[in-house]
Amino acid sequence: MSIKLVNVNYIYSPKTAYEKKALTNVSLEIQDGEFIGLIGHTGSGKSTLIQHLNGLMKATSGHIYYNGNDIYAPKYNMRELRSKVGLVFQYPEHQLFETTIIEDVKFGPRNLGLSEEEIEKRAREALLQVGLTPDLWEASPFELSGGQKRRVAIAGVLAMQPEVLVLDEPTAGLDPKGRDEILGEIEKLHKERGITVILVSHSMEDVAEYVDRIIVMNHSKVFADGTPKEVFSKYKELEEIGLAAPQVTYVMHELHDKGIPVDVNATTVAEAKESILAWAKANHYINQTKDKVEV
Amino acid sequence: MGNKMSFIESRNLVHEYKRHDENGNIEQVNRAVDDVSISVEQGDFVAILGHNGSGKSTFAKHLNSILLPTEGTVWVNGMETRDEDHLWDIRQTAGMVFQNPDNQIIASVIEEDVGFGPENLGVPTEEIWHRVETALKAVGMYEYRTHSPNKLSGGQKQRIAIAGIMAMKPKCIILDEPTAMLDPNGRKEVISTVRKLNKEENVTIILITHYMDEVINADHVYVMDHGKVVMEGTPRTIFKEVETLKKYRLDVPQVTELAYELRKQGMKLPEVVLTKEELVNALTKLEKAEN
Repeated sequence: MSIKLVNVNYIYSPKTAYEKKALTNVSLEIQDGEFIGLIGHTGSGKSTLIQHLNGLMKATSGHIYYNGNDIYAPKYNMRELRSKVGLVFQYPEHQLFETTIIEDVKFGPRNLGLSEEEIEKRAREALLQVGLTPDLWEASPFELSGGQKRRVAIAGVLAMQPEVLVLDEPTAGLDPKGRDEILGEIEKLHKERGITVILVSHSMEDVAEYVDRIIVMNHSKVFADGTPKEVFSKYKELEEIGLAAPQVTYVMHELHDKGIPVDVNATTVAEAKESILAWAKANHYINQTKDKVEV
Repeated sequence: MGNKMSFIESRNLVHEYKRHDENGNIEQVNRAVDDVSISVEQGDFVAILGHNGSGKSTFAKHLNSILLPTEGTVWVNGMETRDEDHLWDIRQTAGMVFQNPDNQIIASVIEEDVGFGPENLGVPTEEIWHRVETALKAVGMYEYRTHSPNKLSGGQKQRIAIAGIMAMKPKCIILDEPTAMLDPNGRKEVISTVRKLNKEENVTIILITHYMDEVINADHVYVMDHGKVVMEGTPRTIFKEVETLKKYRLDVPQVTELAYELRKQGMKLPEVVLTKEELVNALTKLEKAEN
């Protein structure tokens, strides 16, 4: 099972003065169960790309195959595709509208024509998956905090039981703990249910921490595609296109430049810590007899 | 009041949001700001941290009379924010930049957008053009003056919003999560513009943010929780308290966390590290442990 894009092009307002290429010859394959980070500066084509994945936007040319089937084939069931590839937009809490939280989450599955029992079951499951406990379900979504509202919106998409979950900057505007909580819940869904996740993010630190593979968009094209280590090793090229590596990666490069043999490929605090400690221990910069000091 | 008043002074500020039922009776009271007393001097760079719902935006909206105190008092440049006669003076003294770059631009040409504020203040045309030019140069957007704002990046739009305030010659700019919707470059552009205005034009900055690394150059940091100020100090004293910050749903910059973790394992590093240069420097100067 996979999503495959072959030479996908998308042009906004073709043949007018405002013509703009948003996707240029994009070819990609996303395998079942991957956790992908999609990065790129504003206007690089990320949002256009994700809206192609569930057929919200139709490519000007090229093909998209979902589990081997051409989604642009005449009899293709686009409705089913939209329930299999769930899209969570930026600031999705702006789209809440029902009187209670649970009703809001039921809206999607209800449109799938399921039985009331099944709708109820899915809504409950989805709410628990995003960490919203039953005492909140009958409250109005508008009484919740920003982070909780966003969870309701994500639950609404999860209740459709998608195979692929695409999230456009799910942590924008949240406090640090809120960011960690949402990303932790997404990671859990990925690990426990094997759901494929595509995370659009402006935070290189978050991407490095959570994803297995990074796709970098620049000027409507795929600029790089690889593991976080591979992608962030090109930090100088990333800077040229308005991105960066995580802060710790820069520390590792600078240490290495000063002759300290640490792993320049570390992209998270944990990896950097491990590498620096190994060097410090080998060179007796750390007291071996005493493991920890009070700080 | 015998003692000298600061440029911005909030004294025992309380703000309550009240919810009414159909008959107009008060159903619920939510105390968003709870007894906040803060003094800011002209030219300071002040950062306010706090989780979603901690009251920091509600507090900030009192500084240019968007909200008025339920209890307590706020003065801006000696003017009480409740005093309607001073409303326009206060708004001209303390301008505000919001989170969403797309909601703050109104004109179809950049220089006209930046001129909108002074025009409303009744500034003579000649002077408006002069101010627009100066403001656009200050935020590094002068070469775009005749462009349409539509095609700008998020960071550029925020700089235009800042220029629009600068054209009113404010003494203070309040920024409420100005970088939340921006990509890494956009964030850098906005933060370096703000620092430059602070350093070179002596504009007082009040920055609200969820990005800890944007705070390291502030003169003073306040942390809010449940409407109260729970921590205050320099970035160095605030970011030393890694566990306390986490308790308030906040964080520290990545290098600060790395240094903190290494120190916990017994490495002899400074008590707090704020920049990558500091960390690299400290690591290259380590001395061998006496075993």
